[in-house]
Amino acid sequence: MDEPACAHNGKSKSGCAKPQPGATQGGCCFDGARNALLPIADVAHLVHGPIGCTGSSWDNRGTRSSGTDLYRIGMTTDLSEMDVILGRGAKKLYQAIRRIAETYRPAAVFVYVTCVPAMQGDDVAVVIKNASAKFGLPVVLIDCAGFYGNKNLGNRIAGDAIYKYVIGTREPDPPPKVERPGIVTHDVNLIGEWNVGGEFWNVAPLFDRLGLRILCTFSGDARFREAQTMHRAEANMVVCSKAMLHVARRLKEEYGAPYFEGSFYGMADTSAALRHFAKLLADPILDSRSEELIEQEEARVRLAVEPYRQRLTGKRALIFSGGYKSWSLVSAMKDLGVEVVATGIEKSTEEDKARIHALMGPDARLISDNDQTALIAAFHAFKADILIAGDRYIYPAWKSGIPLLDVDHVRRIGYAGYEGMIELARNLDRAANSPVWRDIGKAPPWRAAPPFGGLA
Amino acid sequence: MNEILFTAKPLSINPLKAGQTIGAALAILGLAKSMPLEHGARGCTSFDKLFFIRHFREPIALQTTAMDQFTAILGADGNVVEALATICRKNQAEVIGLITTGLSEMQGADIPRTIAAFRAECPQYARTAIVPVSASDTLGCLETGFAEAVKAIVATLVPAGETRTPVLPHQVNVLTSAMLTPGDIDAIKIWIEAFGLTPIVLPDIGDSLDGHMIDQGFATVSYGGTAAADIAKISGSAATLVIGSSIGAAADLLKERTGIADYRFPSLMGLNACDGFTAVLSRISGRPVPARLERERARLLDAMVDCQFQIGGARIAIAADADLLTALSAFFESMGASVVAAVASARADYLSDVPTGSMVIGDLGDFENLAHRNEAELIVTNSHGVEIARRLGAGLLRAGFPVYDSYGAPMKSWVGYAGSRQTLFDVANLLTEHYREIRPYRSKYWRGTPRERETQAGPC
Repeated sequence: MDEPACAHNGKSKSGCAKPQPGATQGGCCFDGARNALLPIADVAHLVHGPIGCTGSSWDNRGTRSSGTDLYRIGMTTDLSEMDVILGRGAKKLYQAIRRIAETYRPAAVFVYVTCVPAMQGDDVAVVIKNASAKFGLPVVLIDCAGFYGNKNLGNRIAGDAIYKYVIGTREPDPPPKVERPGIVTHDVNLIGEWNVGGEFWNVAPLFDRLGLRILCTFSGDARFREAQTMHRAEANMVVCSKAMLHVARRLKEEYGAPYFEGSFYGMADTSAALRHFAKLLADPILDSRSEELIEQEEARVRLAVEPYRQRLTGKRALIFSGGYKSWSLVSAMKDLGVEVVATGIEKSTEEDKARIHALMGPDARLISDNDQTALIAAFHAFKADILIAGDRYIYPAWKSGIPLLDVDHVRRIGYAGYEGMIELARNLDRAANSPVWRDIGKAPPWRAAPPFGGLA
Repeated sequence: MNEILFTAKPLSINPLKAGQTIGAALAILGLAKSMPLEHGARGCTSFDKLFFIRHFREPIALQTTAMDQFTAILGADGNVVEALATICRKNQAEVIGLITTGLSEMQGADIPRTIAAFRAECPQYARTAIVPVSASDTLGCLETGFAEAVKAIVATLVPAGETRTPVLPHQVNVLTSAMLTPGDIDAIKIWIEAFGLTPIVLPDIGDSLDGHMIDQGFATVSYGGTAAADIAKISGSAATLVIGSSIGAAADLLKERTGIADYRFPSLMGLNACDGFTAVLSRISGRPVPARLERERARLLDAMVDCQFQIGGARIAIAADADLLTALSAFFESMGASVVAAVASARADYLSDVPTGSMVIGDLGDFENLAHRNEAELIVTNSHGVEIARRLGAGLLRAGFPVYDSYGAPMKSWVGYAGSRQTLFDVANLLTEHYREIRPYRSKYWRGTPRERETQAGPC
């Protein structure tokens, strides 16, 4: 695999750590591919495989849509033993697409091919081609069997499929009439923004105010017809997931749109992202208007988070959320007076790590072990007050009497943008300062020894 | 300490308060083979009876002296004597609670003299106990009326010190307040019995209003409650456990009369309150905390942790009588929630301990205004809160009296490790159900595109 924009590319060994059988957490390639594309709300997401892939995982994302909710309807071919033995998988897939086309009339059907049909060797490409022609709607093959690799690879496969089959298949709607004299409307894309808990709706109004038309939020609250037009953006921002970087890189190579990587978590990062757009678009009026907006919003946030900042200052946080959140949250914590004592780098790239060092200094402690017991030990070793991590760590931490703020993608709470910063402060305060931690750490009157070995 | 505001308005809007008379009647219904008799006009009893029928879904024993325009002016002693004799004759009640109302108090009814007249006139009913309760509805609320009745029961039925029975080291008295549901009392009994102790609960609506069928079918008196024989043994107990602040005066009287040490608990909700009660039971019984209770405690800890984020920081508004209001406020506060509005139906000195900045003695009209102004996400009150919750877009946790639109409400147990855990689940679920997500933002650049006309998905 070649990815010139990735810092791992030049390394002699593969950058992605091999999973250790018996001691691995985290999802597969299919999981990553569907996660990346599911937020495209008017698409029917059809999982071709037995029930294991879908039964325990459909409609499990906090990503929100402003209109259609077709993406929340779980769809699978539910391959049975007889389907496999008799080789009926391909036929069933065709019929499934027919049923979807007739029942839901989606903008498109995405077919996720999982392990069993991949092993069987169904000629899915032909089925899809026939179905697409027969039913007159785009059907996109996402070849993402779980055994291909981890979630990051799935993200990448998803991006590749969209680049190959969707982007560039339609021109954008004509730009609306200029309403504000002197303000030029620029077309941009966001890549890897999932609209978890509707959090992008905290940010979207800022784009409108600045005159930035978002051709596609890939993929939070997106529509198929928007993804088709992504090639016409003047600038792209890669919000989450290094694995989506190649979409931005190829848009730059092929269509000349510059891109940058940023985040909407925390005040500093949100402001930096807006500045970055102004810079890439080389529009001095946009630049000065962005500065004005940033000044207003930052003043508002500072005032609103002050009561929380007072209760949080001096707290020590351990962040354990791989990838971009490993550094984007560091900046948000700094805004709140919280010291980040260590951060996880499970899914982080070389560049992510460099950013962490830039933010936390060269002595930043990076935790690569994703074992839950080790993580809890690290929490105590670093004398942390709160753990900020994803959903699979919630209960191990809570069981150990450790406060944890959930930042995973199934949450309903949005943390993006200036408004999200206020919400983050509020929730960090309630997680870290809950009186429950004090109460559960005490021994009852009839017992001498406190729980958790006295650590809580 | 918080500042308690009294509303000076001339109009009560959507009353929270139910009168003392009905509270006293409830306490009397916690005695075995009892009949509360309200001394007033027939309407008082009719309303009270329907109130309890809807709440408990039980036939409710309740009678009236049925004062009319003549007896209201000329004296209603005759009504009382006749009513007492009729109840003795027709219902074979063992205990009659003779409860005054605003009308009879206003009239200046002389209850002791009337009882003496009944005793003189009907010696054949000498075995029927009569508990006189002064419970004018111009004062207090349901809870204080209940407390008055408990005090009257102690004053009338508990033998004084010289007749003390032998001490029974494994017997404890439990004085209950109106905030305890039949389900609560059940849970408290099991809790006490887990230490090998035998509780005498006074009054015991857990035995009479728990909703159970009896072979006899319909009965015109209470379906259970504290037995007269048990009340006679009260002075032999090793200790008295007093649950609820409102019954302090009754507890004082019991202690004065029997000399038994008492332990007082404003509430049995939440970890700390439960630990305090468990520790006392362990001390009284001399037994270690049973494994079963330790497990229930461990489960509560886990629920506290699981619900801590959802409940922490939640803005909760509570309207209830003082004991329940105090108990729930302290419990929710221990979970990190904010009590942004607290409305009590009547004054109580311990209300100043409720952890809130907005304490009002008032009605559900005040409650709605306060909850709205302080942006409550969850409101806790009786069934009259349904429309308020809807108007506020908040969740409603039903608590107090009356709960007429939910089956099994009286059997819900709020106390103890298990009851506290269930309350946490209920609160967290309501908060989750009513969580206000970020509102969708629709870009102005969508004008004229298909995104303007989008509808939700469904089979077409």
